[in-house]
Amino acid sequence: MVAETDGVQTYLSTKQVKDLYIYVGQKVIEAKPTLTEIDSAIGDGDHGIGMEVGFNKAIQQLNEIEVEDINTIYKEIGKAMISNMGGASGVLFGTFFVASVKNKPVIDRLTLATFAHLVQSGLEGVQARGKAKVGDKTMIDALAPAVDALNTAVEQNKDLVEALQVACEQAELGLEQTKQLVAKFGRAKSLGERAIGHQDAGATTISIMFKSIFDYVSNLKTNGELLYE
Amino acid sequence: MKKVINNPENVVNEMVEGFIAAFGNDYKKVHHTNGVVIKNKPNRVAVVTGGGSGHEPLFIGMVGEGLADGAAIGNVFAAPTPNTVLEVTKELDSGQGVLYVYGNYSGDVLNFDMAAELAELEDITTKTVLVNDDVASATKEHAFDRRGIAGDIFAIKIAGAAANDNLTLEEVARITQKAANHTRSIGVALSPSSIPSTGKYTFEIADDEIELGMGIHGEPGVKRTKLQTADELTANMLDYIFDDIELQENDEVCVLVNGLGSTTLMELFIVNRKVVEILNEKGISIYDTDVNSYCTTLEMAGVSITLMKLDDELKNYYDKPAYSPYYFKKGRG
Repeated sequence: MVAETDGVQTYLSTKQVKDLYIYVGQKVIEAKPTLTEIDSAIGDGDHGIGMEVGFNKAIQQLNEIEVEDINTIYKEIGKAMISNMGGASGVLFGTFFVASVKNKPVIDRLTLATFAHLVQSGLEGVQARGKAKVGDKTMIDALAPAVDALNTAVEQNKDLVEALQVACEQAELGLEQTKQLVAKFGRAKSLGERAIGHQDAGATTISIMFKSIFDYVSNLKTNGELLYE
Repeated sequence: MKKVINNPENVVNEMVEGFIAAFGNDYKKVHHTNGVVIKNKPNRVAVVTGGGSGHEPLFIGMVGEGLADGAAIGNVFAAPTPNTVLEVTKELDSGQGVLYVYGNYSGDVLNFDMAAELAELEDITTKTVLVNDDVASATKEHAFDRRGIAGDIFAIKIAGAAANDNLTLEEVARITQKAANHTRSIGVALSPSSIPSTGKYTFEIADDEIELGMGIHGEPGVKRTKLQTADELTANMLDYIFDDIELQENDEVCVLVNGLGSTTLMELFIVNRKVVEILNEKGISIYDTDVNSYCTTLEMAGVSITLMKLDDELKNYYDKPAYSPYYFKKGRG
């Protein structure tokens, strides 16, 4: 594994990753009214409700079980979403989490390189299932640039927090660009040109997730709680 | 919009409970899911349908004898979870496979496909027929992109009859696919429905306007016009179908005039009167007609017209008797 600029790798422990995703879930749940409003403009209006159901179940599950590795955290979040949400987002967001850790050896610390590797696998899983590409006005428009940013940061030996900041900015930029796009999937597809001017709800959730991951991890750093290899 | 409900979050659960409370002699709920299956598990290929709620009596009302054996339903206008589809599948599989028949929507396809993968892990073979009868939802070149609306009724009817004939899964799928390929629909909306969880209307439309081709979740249609007479409207709607499927003199069709929720039978019969007149003028023979509200959009007002072009094979399966509390054919031939 490559060393970071200062020669040490920062990482999150399994416990910290669990708390991180509980925080991410809470932030997405808090955004329910916004997500509902965005999705009502061009979709079914059920995205915020679905994400709330999914993350509520995921958080409940994470609090109930003994989490021994990071793989379990991702798997449980994914399964909670797939089993409880319904709609397209249940399968797609659930697949993102399940595919992230599918066929991976046991992971007990989350470095930048590992995180980049997980989200790359998650992205590939979502694309294999949903068939969407960048530019189709879906969650991929925010996810793909964030994953690219993380991969580049790994190559450049960037610091974890710095890398998460760039990923978060790229997700937001990708989200912003969905406003210019015609939709290729879901109910918004039938709106044609009328979807232009509206951002995609799934991409919004991805952007909120990356923003809250960055916030949480930079807070850990500020508090001196990040771990070093 | 006023609705007779309790907590909006519980509408689907409570609806399924009420359905089972009424028809529990013949149906049961699949544990921990909003899946409904017939009580006597068939020893043959099983037929499963499903989709979002809010279209009642579709989908649970199309579960019955000579129809679907089970239905997996989701929240209002939202696809069922893979788990729901999988549990219904496991409940019904006799080792001879399960056919999924449902309308072509991204969410439904994702969830049913995922369920099919999970079923495969449990050694259950599935096949899928997507219904895409709505001619207003995409051009003929992009017919694979079209949505499924009331055409589901014909596809499920044929699938159930073919399965009852103890055919293989491949054969049941082939015949059902043919029924879907031979079916075209178009709808018109007069007023919107409101979703229980948000209380909001799915679209806005002026009192004197209608929207041709609007989908069953309020998806935009092809044309918004001033209100027309039933005769004008029916003729305009049928033109879309005639432009899309080749129908010649002496061809035989089944007709379904379907209400979208709050449109009265009186209006549906007035539409049907004109449908018959136009088909007669063209020399197209009407083999059977159904006038009912099977595929609805909560309390939306509007109507859809569906034609299924018959051949001998489809006619044979259409003729088989079928029964559910919401759909029945006496059977003939």
